[in-house]
Amino acid sequence: MTLPLLWIIPALPLGAVALSLLLGDRLGRRGTAWLACGAVGASFAFAVRAALALAARPEEGRSITEVAYRWMQVGDFSANVAFLLDPLSAVMILVVTGVGFLIHVYSTGYMAHDPSFRRFFLYLNLFMFAMLTLVLADNLLLLFVGWEGVGLCSYLLIGFWYTKPSAAEAGKKAFIVNRIGDFGFLLGMLALVTWTGSLQYDALFSAAPQAFVAGGIAITVATLLLFLGATGKSAQIPLYTWLPDAMEGPTPVSALIHAATMVTAGVYMVARCHSLFQLAPISLEVVAVVGAATALFAATIGLAQNDIKRVLAYSTISQLGYMFMACGVGAFGAGIFHLMTHAFFKALLFLGAGSVIHALSDEQDLRRMGGLAKKLPWTHATMLVATIAIAGIPPFAGFFSKDEILHGAFASGHYGVWAVGLLGAILTAFYMFRLYVLAFRGGSRVSHEAEHHLHESPPSMIVPLFVLAILSLIGGWIGLPFQRGGHPFERWLEPVFGAGGAHGTMRPLSPMIEWLLIEVSVVAALLGIVFAFRAYLKDPSLATRLRERWPAVHRMLVHKYWVDEGLDALVVMPLYRASQRLWRFWDEKIVDGAVNGVGFLFEGFSVGLRLFQTGFVGTYALFLTLGAVALLLHFLRQ
Amino acid sequence: MPIPWLSLVIFFPLVSAVLVAVLPREASRTIRTLATVAALAEVAFALPLWWRLEPARAGWQFVEQRTWLPALGATYSLGIDGISMLLVLLTVVLTAIAVIASFRAIEKRAREFYALLLALESGMLGTFLATDLLLFYVFWEAMLVPMYLLIGVWGGPRRVYAAVKFFLYTMAGSVLMLVAILWLYFLNKNATGTPSFALDAFYALSIPPAAQWWLFLAFAFAFAIKVPMFPLHTWLPDAHVEAPTAGSVILAAVLLKMGTYGFLRFAIPLFPQASAQLAPWIVGLALVGIWYGALVAMVQPDLKKLVAYSSVSHLGFCMLGLYAMNSQGFAGAMLQMLNHGVSTGALFLLVGVVYERRHSRMIADFGGLWKPLPVYAAVFLVVMLSSVGLPGTNGFVGEFLVLLGAFRTNPVWAGLAAVGVILSAVYMLWMFQRVMFGPVTHAENEHLADLSFRERLVFAPLLILIFAIGVFPQPFLDRMQPALDRTLALARQRAALSAPGRVEIAVPGGLKVVIPPQPSGGTPPIEGTRR
Repeated sequence: MTLPLLWIIPALPLGAVALSLLLGDRLGRRGTAWLACGAVGASFAFAVRAALALAARPEEGRSITEVAYRWMQVGDFSANVAFLLDPLSAVMILVVTGVGFLIHVYSTGYMAHDPSFRRFFLYLNLFMFAMLTLVLADNLLLLFVGWEGVGLCSYLLIGFWYTKPSAAEAGKKAFIVNRIGDFGFLLGMLALVTWTGSLQYDALFSAAPQAFVAGGIAITVATLLLFLGATGKSAQIPLYTWLPDAMEGPTPVSALIHAATMVTAGVYMVARCHSLFQLAPISLEVVAVVGAATALFAATIGLAQNDIKRVLAYSTISQLGYMFMACGVGAFGAGIFHLMTHAFFKALLFLGAGSVIHALSDEQDLRRMGGLAKKLPWTHATMLVATIAIAGIPPFAGFFSKDEILHGAFASGHYGVWAVGLLGAILTAFYMFRLYVLAFRGGSRVSHEAEHHLHESPPSMIVPLFVLAILSLIGGWIGLPFQRGGHPFERWLEPVFGAGGAHGTMRPLSPMIEWLLIEVSVVAALLGIVFAFRAYLKDPSLATRLRERWPAVHRMLVHKYWVDEGLDALVVMPLYRASQRLWRFWDEKIVDGAVNGVGFLFEGFSVGLRLFQTGFVGTYALFLTLGAVALLLHFLRQ
Repeated sequence: MPIPWLSLVIFFPLVSAVLVAVLPREASRTIRTLATVAALAEVAFALPLWWRLEPARAGWQFVEQRTWLPALGATYSLGIDGISMLLVLLTVVLTAIAVIASFRAIEKRAREFYALLLALESGMLGTFLATDLLLFYVFWEAMLVPMYLLIGVWGGPRRVYAAVKFFLYTMAGSVLMLVAILWLYFLNKNATGTPSFALDAFYALSIPPAAQWWLFLAFAFAFAIKVPMFPLHTWLPDAHVEAPTAGSVILAAVLLKMGTYGFLRFAIPLFPQASAQLAPWIVGLALVGIWYGALVAMVQPDLKKLVAYSSVSHLGFCMLGLYAMNSQGFAGAMLQMLNHGVSTGALFLLVGVVYERRHSRMIADFGGLWKPLPVYAAVFLVVMLSSVGLPGTNGFVGEFLVLLGAFRTNPVWAGLAAVGVILSAVYMLWMFQRVMFGPVTHAENEHLADLSFRERLVFAPLLILIFAIGVFPQPFLDRMQPALDRTLALARQRAALSAPGRVEIAVPGGLKVVIPPQPSGGTPPIEGTRR
């Protein structure tokens, strides 16, 4: 199979954007839907062809660069607009276009009644363009174009219902918090290009070992700066606060951008730069610790949230933490594996949640749901699959990838990280089944009016749910453990991460211990599930009793540890007040005051001087004489 | 004899201005049409320079030289290179846009207004194209008068204060520059025996370090006011707020570039040692400007003031790029000059659009404008993104190159400047949120008219430039780089003329100022790297 041109893959959605802008409202709703879905569908088809063509090549030839044009060249610095297809970017484009296509189709149903239908798909297609540029770029600078491009689309889509002040606020917050990360990314890039001379992956990665002392300060700082960028985009501590607020956007956006694709960009970037991170062991440790901490921290917040989308948002933060955990312990392949399976089940969870919200006339509060299993059978069935998958029960997809991460943590000797990951797994299973039970099981707490309009979603929404459910079930089978030389997914990524290269720090474990680890993680998941059923279905008073037993803990979790409030009080307000003072006092009084002061000085001086200009000849004669005498004295004294 | 192309480019607007001025006052349609045709014809005259100029060729091109004041050795000499070519094009394009954008805004004394705008264009073009310092100075001062009148006659309520402040501030700087030019003239005359104000003659002149120090300060003061650099910036918010839209556009897009152009063309290559010794101070002020402009912009209640302070921040980036003293920094600074002209020009036009409709520039008077004005909002969005340097727009390429250049000279500079990337997003997005998003808070905003055809025509070229420079910056870079590299080489070569060392300067009053030698250039050694 011949390799299609790579630039077509991102160009198709961009073309759809251009066409939509050009045609305007003449396009109509049907036309808009067809154009948007068609472009992404075609992108997917090209991505599949590209992946197949790549697979048909011998392993060492699985890296294809396509230079579109020279972007900028100044002195000894140059950067191209160029695309790279290798096993890693192939996985990414398949996930992005595949899941993206399903979410586009779903959106035609979900957004059917929105007055800004065309604008929605315009943004969505623009997002696809940016995301595909991000994953297909062959250098960090072009990746950064996609990186900020997806951030822009995220900003626009979070604030899609812009007349709602909270949505506008959330969009701005997302952009600014991401900019803090981008500040790090930018400086990281500058450091890399200054010492290696290039941002092009091949050149950069091959020059880095010569340019940097392994484990030295420079590479450590550079990679930590890159990672700061990743914490912004992928919502990790300390830059995670924007993601829960991002749930103000339409639910398909949450599924596509804030779960399946954009937020994984940080993981992709770290994995892409794995050879740099491997030069900086301290940075890798930081990645692992931040990932583990975020995984646990976000999971605890997820325990006590009542907004169905916010539970999922904290779950996403937590799961992204697992991916970073994997990268940090050196199991990059496992991180990408989890990225893929997570894209399936988390997109499904969000779309399912969207279906629930749609059915309940925009109700998002879990306390006003319940007993929906019979009313929304398809949504319920697919949602259950996804919930099992994220909880990590075999043979569902999430089990395999999460297990591989925990395995990597254990095998590399990060026992603490492993333990935190395990604890997080219990919590994940618990809060996900809490969500499931509160929404679908038990008695109905749905308001009367919402009950009246209750309806299962249209096929355009259910079919994507189904496809994703199948993927959430079988998506992990590509990574069955206990295969000689690694499983197929691992072998596929080998040209990128190196044969066992990722396992350089990993000790092979005996099958016995491997089995034990698997059993432990399955038991952990079951524990969480059983507890959720007990506390929210069998004995609802248990949850209340727990709340009353530890009210402080509960309050802390509900208020998300008061991080937003703290940042507001410690950073935002002081900055605002300082700027006010800078302007009102420093700029207007001191700096401008000095300028006007000089003016007044001259004015006063001139007023004084004017007194001598009396207009009387006698006065002038007097001055003349005085001057002449002075001059005379001066010359006489010399 | 070849056609005196540059003279035509410079004086065509002035001739048009005279023609406009002699039209009867009542013929407002004819006045507008003539002014528009003249401004567009000027674009057509100047645009071929883009292709006709050979960027790689050393020295001035399309040179014109005539005797002017033979006794003084001053000549009427013009020349152009890649640097001035791009600024000339920026000037003609933005003047044409400013003319077309003023159709509705200017009702009183339209004849005088357009005549002054065109006369101003001649002054600006002359400043960029003069290669004789006395001629340069004449154009530099000539520019002041029309701008002063544009602010003082067509401005807002405090226009007289703003105009006088603008005038005096700039005058103070340029008088010092004139003294410096004369000092240079005498230095040159003493050294070579021939009186001359030619820039090339001064480029060849070896200037003693102590003299360099004073000369540089005089030039830098004049240019720093124009840039404007902190703390010499306070004329800018006043001038911008009071000026009519077209005045603000020209002021931001072109007049501020006179300052950075001056540094690039005169202050740095003529006095490289003094320049290098003062570099830490200048970079420090540039960095303060980046932060300060952004923070103060954040809390402005007035849209125009917000944009004005954002200029202080953006121009800080330009100065930082120049003082990185390497190819990337120079190219970034130069590109950022064009970018700022395009983006900030567009921002002032955008503020003008709502001002024409609502007669207010206060952020609090707006809110929810997206709904009644979707096209306006979309244009605003693109311009805002360009201003915050989103990749894919022009702003990113310039900012990145500046930061790269700065990082190579001193990573700390780049680190401090890069904070500006965050701050610009803060003030711009917050402003955008308050103006565009949310419900419509004032009933009178509900039925505002969206961009008219004429207004779309005004923004179209700017939007095209925003994306063109962002996606295909190379044609622009190709045209500026040889000239920038030559300037850089010239500065280095001139710096090598006399060995660096301690400089002692006698200050009146018997004091002595001792300036320690500058640290040697190049990337500072960083722990953990091998280079």
